[in-house]
Amino acid sequence: MTARSAMAARLAGHPTAVAVAKRIGVRLIAGVGVLWGAATLSFIALHVTAGDAALSTVAGQGANPTKELLDQVRRDFGLDQPLYRQYLDYLGRLLHGDLGQSYQQRIAVSRAIAEQLGQTVQLAVSAAAVAVLLAIGAAVLTARRRPWRSIASGVELTLSATPTFVIGIVLLIIFSFTLKVLPVSGNDGPRALILPMLTLALPIGAVLAQVLRSELEEVLEQPFILTARSRGMRDTVVRVRHALRHALVQIVTMSGFVVGGLLGGAVITETLFVRQGVGQLMLSAVTTKDIPMVLGLVVFAAFVYVVVNLLVDITYTLIDPRLVTR
Amino acid sequence: MSAFTATAAVLPRTSRVRLRPGLILAGLFVAVVVAAALVPQLLAPHDPLAIGAEGAFLPSGGGHLLGTDESGRDVLSRMVYGARPSLVMGLGATAIAVTGGTLLGLAAGLGSRLTESLIMRLIDVVLSVPELLLALVVITLAGAGSTNAMFAVAFASIPSYARIVRAQTHIVRRSTFVEAATGLGIRRSTVVWRHVLPNAIRPVLVLSTIGVGTAISAGAALSFLGLGAEPPAAEWGDMLSNGLQYISNDWFLVAVPSVAITLTVLSITVLGRELRRRSEGRST
Repeated sequence: MTARSAMAARLAGHPTAVAVAKRIGVRLIAGVGVLWGAATLSFIALHVTAGDAALSTVAGQGANPTKELLDQVRRDFGLDQPLYRQYLDYLGRLLHGDLGQSYQQRIAVSRAIAEQLGQTVQLAVSAAAVAVLLAIGAAVLTARRRPWRSIASGVELTLSATPTFVIGIVLLIIFSFTLKVLPVSGNDGPRALILPMLTLALPIGAVLAQVLRSELEEVLEQPFILTARSRGMRDTVVRVRHALRHALVQIVTMSGFVVGGLLGGAVITETLFVRQGVGQLMLSAVTTKDIPMVLGLVVFAAFVYVVVNLLVDITYTLIDPRLVTR
Repeated sequence: MSAFTATAAVLPRTSRVRLRPGLILAGLFVAVVVAAALVPQLLAPHDPLAIGAEGAFLPSGGGHLLGTDESGRDVLSRMVYGARPSLVMGLGATAIAVTGGTLLGLAAGLGSRLTESLIMRLIDVVLSVPELLLALVVITLAGAGSTNAMFAVAFASIPSYARIVRAQTHIVRRSTFVEAATGLGIRRSTVVWRHVLPNAIRPVLVLSTIGVGTAISAGAALSFLGLGAEPPAAEWGDMLSNGLQYISNDWFLVAVPSVAITLTVLSITVLGRELRRRSEGRST
């Protein structure tokens, strides 16, 4: 593309391909940087705790192993190598998807995660979908409509201030113990998924609804809404077809909050509903002080965060030209 | 990102001073919780750890307003005594987090470009991990227990505070009164201490009220996971996870601490939001 046509494109409000690629490239480098930082911090934590680690690997705490045995374990974990070598090896293994070996379970951390991931993805993705749908529904139906607006924001405030496990317990008391329509716990079937999914979705959906409504109310003040109404378009149609499209862009900035809420909430939700998954894996690793497993899961969480944010960002860069031209 | 920074830009700003009923109720409830934390012995009808002779799983009524738990201990008394550890967790974790966040944020906002980018990239890295997982890492390395849980919750929320302080420091240090003070030849440390810090920290102090509620909730979550306070201490999160074992027979044991935690967090959030609304109304 020549400089002249690039200028023309910019004047017309359309981003040039170069500008889009540049924005995506910058985000990509930043994401890789964050992951590198997370890996480095994880390596430092592993290294600082490695002394006890070799011991606890042999026979748990309080054991009194021979020096030969300890040296053997150190060699097995590569702890006898110089530090920079260990660091480079660690990064090299991460690039191959190897997150290290669990002390307690004696299997690869990446394998343990892979075994548990399906259940958690099912839970998190369905909860995210429910949260976004609830937020859109609540925001579109109640924005600038008194008294519904006040009622909805009261409910949202309560839900966002309620701890995740309390929401789960309330749902359990209502649907499992009083109405007896849904199972208390377990992994099997869609019926067992409903309560954990709602538990995870409600607090996230409440925060999203608050942000979306305030954005929607701002958009509804814009002149083009008045234009659409003056053409005789029905209020609901204006809201969904015109206002919502603009308001949804604001949700981009929330993707980090959503991913964080889902991953953190998964630990609580899977514990409460006795479900298998990555959250359960994390909790059992914490209680057994399985440091490589805990750090491996944290690096994995950072990876998920970076990838999701990057994907959302790229999608919106392509959809919304304002993000580049502004 | 934590929930309170996410919702920071949401509320409509009104500068009118108006006391809504919700605000009064929230204030009253916080007052009750503070009273329970300060003088639980005056409010609780029984010893929270004493095992009653009347028996376990007693329903409400009689000598036990909220009944007794699985060991025959008075539920109301345990709820009253549970206020103190919750408030200590909320206030302690927030104080540590605000102090750490302010130091980091000031160092980033006033330091050299290299210092600033180092600190901010570090914060980006830490923010890429959910707060609960960060707290769990601290507990794995330091061990469980209520003090460690407090530090874990604090550590996890330092980055959010540091970001706000840095942004604010940037605004303040370019303002005319700081330029004037520097122009008058006042020492840099005095300028930072007397002029930059007080102005940079104000929005953080307002946000930290909401942060107290968030910290109480996070601390209760850790106790719920069995990583916070040790039994038999009267602590809401622990009462809750304990009661969960008996939820199919007697869900009341779980409902009582749930209501206590939720109302406390909600009341503090409502008060914090009002505070934020007013401070923004005045400053703009």
